[in-house]
Amino acid sequence: MSRIKVLKTYKLYIGGKFPRTESGRYYSPEVEGVSIGNICLSSRKDFRNAVVAARKAQTAWQDRSAFNRSQIVYRIAEMMEDRKTQFIDELIIQGSSKKAAKTEVENCIDDIIRYAGWCDKYQQVFSSVNPVSSSHFNFSIYEPQGIISIIAPEENGLKGLILSILPVICGGNSCVVLASESQPLSAVTLGEVLNSSDVPGGVVNILTGKRKELLTHFATHKDVNGILYCGNEKKEIELLKSGAASNMKRFQSYETIEEVSPYLILDFQEVKTGWHPIEKMSESGPAY
Amino acid sequence: MAKKKIVWELSEAIESTDHIEIKDQYELFIGGKFVPPTQKKYFDTVNPANEEKLARIAEANEEDITKAVKSARKAFNSWSKLSGAERGKYIFRIARMIQERAKEFAVIETLDGGKPIRESRDIDIPLAANHFFYYAGWADKLEYAFPNRKPHPIGVAGQIIPWNFPLLMAAWKIAPALACGNTVVLKPAETTPLTALKLAELIQESGLPEGVVNIVTGAGESGAALVNHKGVDKIAFTGSTEVGKLIQQSTAASNKKLTLELGGKAANIIFEDAAIDQAVEGIVNGIYFNQGHVCCAGSRLFVQESVFNQVLDKLKARMETLIVGNPLDKNTDVGAINSKGQLKTIESYIKSGVAEGAELHQSSAQLPKKGFWCKPTLFTEVSQSSKLVQEEIFGPVLAIQSFRTVSEAISKANNTPYGLSAGIWTDKGSKIFNMIMNMNAGVVWANTYNKFDPASPFGGFKESGYGREGGLHGLSAYLNF
Repeated sequence: MSRIKVLKTYKLYIGGKFPRTESGRYYSPEVEGVSIGNICLSSRKDFRNAVVAARKAQTAWQDRSAFNRSQIVYRIAEMMEDRKTQFIDELIIQGSSKKAAKTEVENCIDDIIRYAGWCDKYQQVFSSVNPVSSSHFNFSIYEPQGIISIIAPEENGLKGLILSILPVICGGNSCVVLASESQPLSAVTLGEVLNSSDVPGGVVNILTGKRKELLTHFATHKDVNGILYCGNEKKEIELLKSGAASNMKRFQSYETIEEVSPYLILDFQEVKTGWHPIEKMSESGPAY
Repeated sequence: MAKKKIVWELSEAIESTDHIEIKDQYELFIGGKFVPPTQKKYFDTVNPANEEKLARIAEANEEDITKAVKSARKAFNSWSKLSGAERGKYIFRIARMIQERAKEFAVIETLDGGKPIRESRDIDIPLAANHFFYYAGWADKLEYAFPNRKPHPIGVAGQIIPWNFPLLMAAWKIAPALACGNTVVLKPAETTPLTALKLAELIQESGLPEGVVNIVTGAGESGAALVNHKGVDKIAFTGSTEVGKLIQQSTAASNKKLTLELGGKAANIIFEDAAIDQAVEGIVNGIYFNQGHVCCAGSRLFVQESVFNQVLDKLKARMETLIVGNPLDKNTDVGAINSKGQLKTIESYIKSGVAEGAELHQSSAQLPKKGFWCKPTLFTEVSQSSKLVQEEIFGPVLAIQSFRTVSEAISKANNTPYGLSAGIWTDKGSKIFNMIMNMNAGVVWANTYNKFDPASPFGGFKESGYGREGGLHGLSAYLNF
């Protein structure tokens, strides 16, 4: 008698917990006519809950030392390496060949490690001391924008997810991610990896569902500071850009993200410049 | 014998206007030539200190904007291919020519905009020249600014600037755009077009290739035509948050790159351990500099409770010494309000403050009879929700609140949709860094205020816009990678 397989319930990842969608709705994406699972169809309310969780987590995440963020991101790679086969299996279910799935997962793990290294280096590479003409010490540093809503690429379910989330969180932002509609399985599993890898709950929140339903909310929520959009649908970009104007969200769109780059980290940073006078001994009387 | 009180009267020290030349009428600067507007429409620019007309200025319509954009596009082909070093030499030349004529520019800036001659002479014009000088040097070094990337120019930049620092804002926009290999169409504000048009004359004389810089004058409609023009690749706007949002919406369907330098409502925070006299100078400089027509003006003052009365008394005493009057007088500290419309706006805020129950205090300065004037003003007893605290007034009006703890100061200071700048006054180093890290603002001045430099990036967080102007950071607004 063959054993009855235990099927997995795919849930959302919000504030370090795995709730189902409050809407109770689901959809069943298919690969070659076969359903790959019942996936949560997230609602506006789910998104709003995720933003609340992201806000709660953001300041503490930003205040962690860069070195500590680096270690935590490295830990994500360790956990993922552990569950490599699961990711590969899911990519195969989503239509990948065995070989392509293995390459994608391994590349993703390696990319995470490269980002782990960037956490405590981009600041040093790109900050500056500015030679102003007056007697002031003047410097510019980078600070995270806050909460970024991410519309992950529709293709390359896992790779797209990793390469859009990592530059955002390495820089101290928290995020709410909408996973690929047709390839959502890795997203849910990635939530499980993040949960077991010391990334504080709320730093990454993952929703599944339909772009059509959620994009307007991603664009107009007043407590979101920036948007990362992957894709090249003109209508979607226009909707996000004009919605973003309501509270001047920063907007970045990429047709695809193929590489690890510190410039992607900078896309979700603000430049802060500080000034302080320098006393001139010659002007303040005899020096000692 | 009772001692006689001596009253010192200041002697006037009026800057001469003999050596400057203002034409009766100015045309549009397109393709290296001054051309009349298609519709032959003109508007007046007046001196806000005496309401006298200075010149007639051409009003650009859509057709004129199209001409300007086409000329910029044509020039782009060769300008972008010129070597960085050669581009730089042209820009250096412009910087030098502004330095040579600094006095003339300063006087015209003061006549057209109402700002004290001391400020246009010592701040606006030198900084504008320095900005060109600084960015000229970047033109051949762009690869060093962005390691591992290949920077290239964007194309034609449409640039719209405000009336508070007319020539300086033109320099902030034009200098980095040219250094990066772009060509520009610049629209100055309708109340202060003169120095930009003088700059056009200077650029014509400098031998810069025709069409690299085009300057078109007009009001909001001319600006909208520029923003919406299909031939423009990049929009750089400095102005109100309201218009900034409209620009973001109207360009949403295009691929235009956008940088926005918008409004502010900066907190200036005085801790009990600050050097109080210096802090008072900083408060005055923060809010009364350029009549408060400054996007980063320190318009919300937060004073720690233990020194509140002391600071307030000293501030009121210092306000009394501010000389309000003829902007051309070198003694003048506070000049004329830029326009009648702006004066009305400021007055309506003062009225609403009084109606809300806030306590008004103004200096006893005598205001000239003609022209647009506002006394240095402050309000106490203002609530966090007051319009005086929440909205950008863009005038010499200060709202004062108190706080007890550092965390209270931080949360009150950050409680605004804006995030352009902040000021901190304390003698404690660790507190300075704590505050710098915690201010949601693009520029934080510690124990100083309202300082600007071409090497220092300027720009905001949140609804104060995005992108930086100045410094290495200002280059990326004008490059693709």
